[in-house]
Amino acid sequence: MVEKLLTVKNRAGIHARPAAIIAQTANRFECEVTLIHEDITVNAKSIMGVITMAAGYNTVVKLQTEGADEKEAAQALEELFESKFEEE
Amino acid sequence: MADKKFTVLDLLELDLQGHDSLNLRCVAGRKGLTRALTVPDVNRPGLALSGFYEAFAYQRVQVFGRGETAYLKKLQEEGNFEIIHKLFSYQMPCCVFTQSLEPPEEFVKISEEANCPILQTDLASSDFSSRLLRAASNVFAPKRTMHGVLVDVFGIGIFLSGHSGVGKSEAALELVERGHRLVADDIVELSCVNGNTILGQGANTQISHHMEIRGLGIINVSQMYGIGSIRSQKEVQLVVNLEEWDSKKIYDRIGTEQKFVELFGVKVPLLEIPVKPGRNLPIILEAAAKNERLKHMGYYSAKDFNQNILKWIETGEAQAVYYGGDDSY
Repeated sequence: MVEKLLTVKNRAGIHARPAAIIAQTANRFECEVTLIHEDITVNAKSIMGVITMAAGYNTVVKLQTEGADEKEAAQALEELFESKFEEE
Repeated sequence: MADKKFTVLDLLELDLQGHDSLNLRCVAGRKGLTRALTVPDVNRPGLALSGFYEAFAYQRVQVFGRGETAYLKKLQEEGNFEIIHKLFSYQMPCCVFTQSLEPPEEFVKISEEANCPILQTDLASSDFSSRLLRAASNVFAPKRTMHGVLVDVFGIGIFLSGHSGVGKSEAALELVERGHRLVADDIVELSCVNGNTILGQGANTQISHHMEIRGLGIINVSQMYGIGSIRSQKEVQLVVNLEEWDSKKIYDRIGTEQKFVELFGVKVPLLEIPVKPGRNLPIILEAAAKNERLKHMGYYSAKDFNQNILKWIETGEAQAVYYGGDDSY
């Protein structure tokens, strides 16, 4: 299992568009991709799940990937968070 | 997991309707409203008021009925306030006076000094106690969020689980179209009540009853289908795990053996259903729900079928004795 702590760098937080990009990125990989925020654990492959986290600006979420391509998935999602979901 | 404290203020603000409503109002000790409830239980402080404090269950909500209030009045008339001071030296979450009874003035004064909230309700003591126990056990029930869809099909709460993209939301949408009810899509919050029941509901009330359909986007089921198509909470009675058809795997073809999945230590029936393009999933789910209802009523279709087969075989064998001309007996 690969675990990483990621910070939300967008001013608007994770709203519908970034959630969709996260879900699409996660779906490219075979492994299980999970995001944890406080006491909510969501499957990153589902948009509704990611939106439910209500992660705003500067929130830290925990990423967990488990499976064959876990390292690539973790890498891709880390890059995604860093690039502010291609918004700013 | 962040443990949020459940305070007396939270208790006052619980949204409970009808027969669940607690009808509470705070009459004194407002500064103590931030005190936390740590156990979902009530206590009648009769022994404590008479001076016996051994094993005093101070962590519970203290309920004052007619007897206790009358005794407090007697203490006040006698000028005996030591016992009341001792009572408030314990860190109780709050005191509740039932049947709209008024606590005596000295009692209220001491409670204000101790910052202990005094609440009042118009309910009778036993009614209030049972409603509070119900509400509190819901609050303190172990909870967990799971990825899946919860639907109410013919009265059976079915939790659809499986990987993303296998078709859970689409199957749920078809079921809604057929008149069944959606409880939650994607994120289901499960809680264990009374140690034997699993309740499921949407984890987030703002996005509840919204569904994400690939190619379509996010749709609002309650707006599209109306109030008859949704439900806020349902007991999870059947878990259906959807998976892509695996030709190497052996799928249940008889149905006499029941598989279970354990949620919070409670065994819930499990069905594993293979998904393949062209297979009508919603109708399989409807049949599963009906079958589950028959099982609840004591009719086990697969077992009955097998019993009949056995009887048929026995009849055939019995007849063979007469017709077979076998001399082995």
